[in-house]
Amino acid sequence: MMLQIENLHAQIGDNEILRGVNLEVAAGEVHAIMGPNGSGKSTLANVLAGHEAYDITGRVLFEGGDLLALSPEDRAAAGVFLAFQHPVEIPGVGNLYFLRTALNSVRRQRGLDELDVMGFLALARERMKLVEMDESFMSRSVNEGFSGGEKKRNEILQMTILEPKLAILDETDSGLDIDALRIVAGGVNAMRGPDRAMVVITHHQRLLDYIVPDQVHVMAGGRIVRSGDKRLALELEVHGYADLVQETVADRPAPVGATP
Amino acid sequence: MTTVTSTAMSTPAGRAGAVSTVAELLSRLGLPSGGRGPAWLTQARHQSAEWATMRGFPTLKDEDWRYTRLGPLLDVPFERAEAGADHRISSSTIDALTIDAESTRLVFINGFFAPELSSITAVPDGVTVTNLASVLAEGGADLEPFFARPFSEFDHAFTALNTCLFEDGAFIHLPADAHVTVPIELVYLSEAQGSPVVSTPHSLILAGPGSRVAVIETYAGTSGDTTCTNAVTQVVLEEGAQVEHFKIQGEPDAAFHLALLDVRQGPDTRFSSGSVALGSKIARNEVRVRLEGEGAGVSIDGLYLPRGDQHHDNPVLIEHAAPRCTSRQLYKGIADECGHGVFNGHIIVWPGAEGTDASQTNKNLLLSDHAEIDTRPRLEIFTDDVKCTHGAAVGALDEEALFYLRSRGVPHEAARALLTYAFAREVMDLIPFASLRAHVNTLIAGRLVTEEGAGGTPR
Repeated sequence: MMLQIENLHAQIGDNEILRGVNLEVAAGEVHAIMGPNGSGKSTLANVLAGHEAYDITGRVLFEGGDLLALSPEDRAAAGVFLAFQHPVEIPGVGNLYFLRTALNSVRRQRGLDELDVMGFLALARERMKLVEMDESFMSRSVNEGFSGGEKKRNEILQMTILEPKLAILDETDSGLDIDALRIVAGGVNAMRGPDRAMVVITHHQRLLDYIVPDQVHVMAGGRIVRSGDKRLALELEVHGYADLVQETVADRPAPVGATP
Repeated sequence: MTTVTSTAMSTPAGRAGAVSTVAELLSRLGLPSGGRGPAWLTQARHQSAEWATMRGFPTLKDEDWRYTRLGPLLDVPFERAEAGADHRISSSTIDALTIDAESTRLVFINGFFAPELSSITAVPDGVTVTNLASVLAEGGADLEPFFARPFSEFDHAFTALNTCLFEDGAFIHLPADAHVTVPIELVYLSEAQGSPVVSTPHSLILAGPGSRVAVIETYAGTSGDTTCTNAVTQVVLEEGAQVEHFKIQGEPDAAFHLALLDVRQGPDTRFSSGSVALGSKIARNEVRVRLEGEGAGVSIDGLYLPRGDQHHDNPVLIEHAAPRCTSRQLYKGIADECGHGVFNGHIIVWPGAEGTDASQTNKNLLLSDHAEIDTRPRLEIFTDDVKCTHGAAVGALDEEALFYLRSRGVPHEAARALLTYAFAREVMDLIPFASLRAHVNTLIAGRLVTEEGAGGTPR
């Protein structure tokens, strides 16, 4: 099993956001996680990537090793990647320098040779085609002044360059028009393979028309309350979350502030 | 009155060699011998000695010195630096400080010109690039106004002490419409001569009407040596002149550095200066600009990076004394460990300076809980119809940006260095010459990028 999450709890101060998440993802699989705002989806993604804002209990195994014991950079080197819902703008850091530093850091940890500028550019050019990005992006500061769609494409570009084993996509579709959605999904699908798993967090069935999941999970109140195959997403599209959420979390106070 | 009256006081009880008054310091160092230089200079030296003695050392009560404690400096038993003493500076040291091998370079050791380490390449007809002492030795009659100023124009004792004590410095003169295209490099080196020494360089840059020149000043020294540099650089721009200036303050961590860049601008002149402060235990990089002619423009930028127990003070005074002048300042501080950075930016818009456009920005990054930044913007406006903006900020590294970089595999220390570098970059991008930009970039990257984050400079 690539990823095993057992009874994962996460809180900030007194606010418990994850309340016992259990999930298993095997290599080669794509899992979709859906659910209403504030259900803990983004927190789950942040916790898996190593965000330090949370108090965490429970267990997460990545390829059998304790993921929670690793720093964010060691998780990246191990092969975990999070495409952020809101990629941060970093003025003054060039995209090219950032991506090459990231890739070489990861390659060094993985025992591979570092790429020089020319070697990196050749790789980056090839991967930029996948997400239809212009080379001018490379000379700009990381995400600075990027449109919403450009930021999301930059996330997928980073994924295609870093080649993770487990990619977590946090609402990568939100704010995208249909053309951008098609481009992003194309980049993601190009990365699908028997050795790579993906966890796709989304509000919308629409994305799942492009990235067809093996399993769909519904999160509510900080837990996974239902799992099924891709038909579950269609069912949610018709009926919404209301019934599901009420039947599972009526006995608890509603969590707030799920995004850190 | 041309004599110093009270230089015979004895050394007080306490640490051997410590001084508590200007008179004690002057008694210890002595004035340059009267035989050197013109009579007006001898008189100016005595008058300024007298003024400094009466005025005394600045204290924390002085508005412009309230963050800079002079105790550690006054405790050191400094001696006067000797000319021509055997020095340990090799040409490879100079090479490491050289920005452009093709440029004219004047090297000073402890304030004395070192011709064997200098190189003067061809300059246009009429342009003078030499050492100040050689000009004064020939009379230097035209230079009297630059030294025999009314005392009210001295800001504090150290400026006056520079007039008393200076031996040499650079002298650059451009006649009307002369252009020097490659930046002139002035290198000031300090090293102890058995005991800690004071060096007092004084440089003059006189840009005639319509002339253009660029000057880069580098202050460095022999690692581990305790020295004190008390430097003054005067720049005078006549109508339409353009001068670009840059200063690299990189003396060793045991050194003290007190410097004044004093600029006077005529009509339609352009002056720009950038600085990067990396060195010294205490460094005070003072800039005073007086916009005296209509339509003059100035921009002053600075980066200061105190760490360890370094103290970097940046007092900047810009006086708008003529109509329709513009001034712009961008200072950025990065304080790490127990470093202390100060920005003290003062803009005065005098009566009659209508149409003034002044802006001042100071941003600071604190990298440690023990680091300290003080930022003090001051605006005094005595004219209507002016546009003045200022802003100051102190903050820490953006935690979300740090997490973003780490989540991509960039190690924590390297991610911090990368974000810190990015913060400094705004100032570096303003450096006008590619060779200088690359040189400063290497200095900054070398300071910020750790072994773990090695992998070339971040460009």
